[in-house]
Amino acid sequence: MLDQIRDLYQEVVFDHNRNPRNFRVMEDANRKIEGFNPLCGDKITLYVKVNDGVIEDVSFQGSGCAISTASASLMTEIVKGQTEDEAQHLFDIFHRITTGKNDEAVNLEEIGKLAVLAGVRAYPARVKCATLAWHSLQAALKNEADTVSTE
Amino acid sequence: MNKVYASQAAMPQNPAHSAPSAAGLKARSSTAGYDVTRIREDFPILRQTVNGKPLVYLDNAATTQKPKTVIDCIRRVYENDYSNVHRGVHTLSQRSTDLFEAARENVQKFLNARHSHEIVFVRGTTEAINLVAQSFGRSTLKEGDEILITAMEHHSNIVPWQMLCEQTGAKLKVAPIDTKGELVPDEFEKLLSPRTRLVSVCHMSNALGTINPVKAIIELAHSREIPVLLDGAQAAPHMVVDVQDLDCDFYALSGHKLYGPTGIGILYGKEKWLEAMPPYQGGGDMIRRVTFDKTEYNTLPFKFEAGTPNIVDAIALGAAVDYLQAIGLDAIAEYEARLLHYATERALEIPELTPVGTAERKGAILSFTLERIHPHDIGTILDHLGIAIRAGHHCAMPVMDFFGLPATARASFGLYNTFEEIDILVDGIRKVIEVFG
Repeated sequence: MLDQIRDLYQEVVFDHNRNPRNFRVMEDANRKIEGFNPLCGDKITLYVKVNDGVIEDVSFQGSGCAISTASASLMTEIVKGQTEDEAQHLFDIFHRITTGKNDEAVNLEEIGKLAVLAGVRAYPARVKCATLAWHSLQAALKNEADTVSTE
Repeated sequence: MNKVYASQAAMPQNPAHSAPSAAGLKARSSTAGYDVTRIREDFPILRQTVNGKPLVYLDNAATTQKPKTVIDCIRRVYENDYSNVHRGVHTLSQRSTDLFEAARENVQKFLNARHSHEIVFVRGTTEAINLVAQSFGRSTLKEGDEILITAMEHHSNIVPWQMLCEQTGAKLKVAPIDTKGELVPDEFEKLLSPRTRLVSVCHMSNALGTINPVKAIIELAHSREIPVLLDGAQAAPHMVVDVQDLDCDFYALSGHKLYGPTGIGILYGKEKWLEAMPPYQGGGDMIRRVTFDKTEYNTLPFKFEAGTPNIVDAIALGAAVDYLQAIGLDAIAEYEARLLHYATERALEIPELTPVGTAERKGAILSFTLERIHPHDIGTILDHLGIAIRAGHHCAMPVMDFFGLPATARASFGLYNTFEEIDILVDGIRKVIEVFG
């Protein structure tokens, strides 16, 4: 049993859950988005600083399960320094690995450490946990003012 | 059957009760006047494995599993007796009508209502509360009037009143709870004002398990001529509900939490209120005579049952009620109290666990959090062990806000759960902690 559950809860997930990276308020953010999953009460505030189409800095605060916290933490690490287009591309891939059909080919190398969250695919009830931060980022990049909801 | 269970349950204490040894536990489950092994055989769904482990179903506050007698009833009616009710002159229509009205009488007896026409079939607790809000509420409330609820209500006993307040200019007042999850009696009394037009309180909290002192609440409200609605969704499956003894004005419950089908529920209302209330929905069956100038409404309870009702599920709810009465609600309540006591003791052996909701009078619900582990992670890992619990805010977000929690894990017990299943749950919680390191 514990082996099976390790597909979902890999060490990287625990590491990022215990010590989330970029977990702070960003005073000089030019985008700020509240993300909320009403189903489980997960909340995230995402701060983004975008200049000339490049994500110069990104951070978050909030409370959620291990999957949502680790996903947000990993996301902030990977998108920092990327262009908005690159981040959007990553979002698409991430969405595919967490929700797509098993036979869909995804270049796991392209997404680096994010691949540890591919295990969530086997847990449909948990997909929203993994994608909350990403939906929030997408909204931030589109500069949508309202709260993002995964519902 | 009722008698057998009731008298055995009342027998002197088995010595096994006080000694939770392995052998003792087995005795507790099977010989203490309540044959849970036999009861489990009535529930086909419990015979399966989930993720390779025997299913341990502990999400009964969300919905309960169905005994074979209910499942068979649905099949039997569709195969033999089904037709529309109250209209046809043919045999099948008469049979369906007789079965439907017999189910109403079953529910009447179950709740000890004075008249069967005080039993209105609705879709569930939510619809029952909305009916009262929109019919009683809209016809009697004016700007500045007040509705009093509590801080432990399910969203279905909050939102309909908020909607009514928007429509009428009335105000929603909320009686506070303490850290045990109990109402604060003095604060409750203070909130009853000359403008209070209705008190609406859960009989038992779905998120905390708290059983409210509803009789005292009703007496207090009635001394000021304020009617009281009880949200009985959680209470009805676990204890004797006698609406005449309680003297409540309205009682709402759901079939699916009562070991019956989904999509069917009950609004009990005192005749004097139901008579005075206007219909909530218009349509077929709720009328006596329709012209384009005027409609004369039908008598109770049909005035509140517009359209073709959920015929077969209503009949099957009657079967569920029969099933519960055959075991005896007193016997169920006593057995579940022992389950809860044992579960609480065992849970408290885990230092990382904090129970949420520790009221003196509590139904069989164990809501808890684990240090540093989110309830959803608990739920997923327990599911791997075949254990079904609920993780989330339980549609009671204000309760979660009060305790400063985003969510809790909730194990809720039913008449078919066993002491062994609690042991499996406790072992499972330890595994969750182990996985998280």
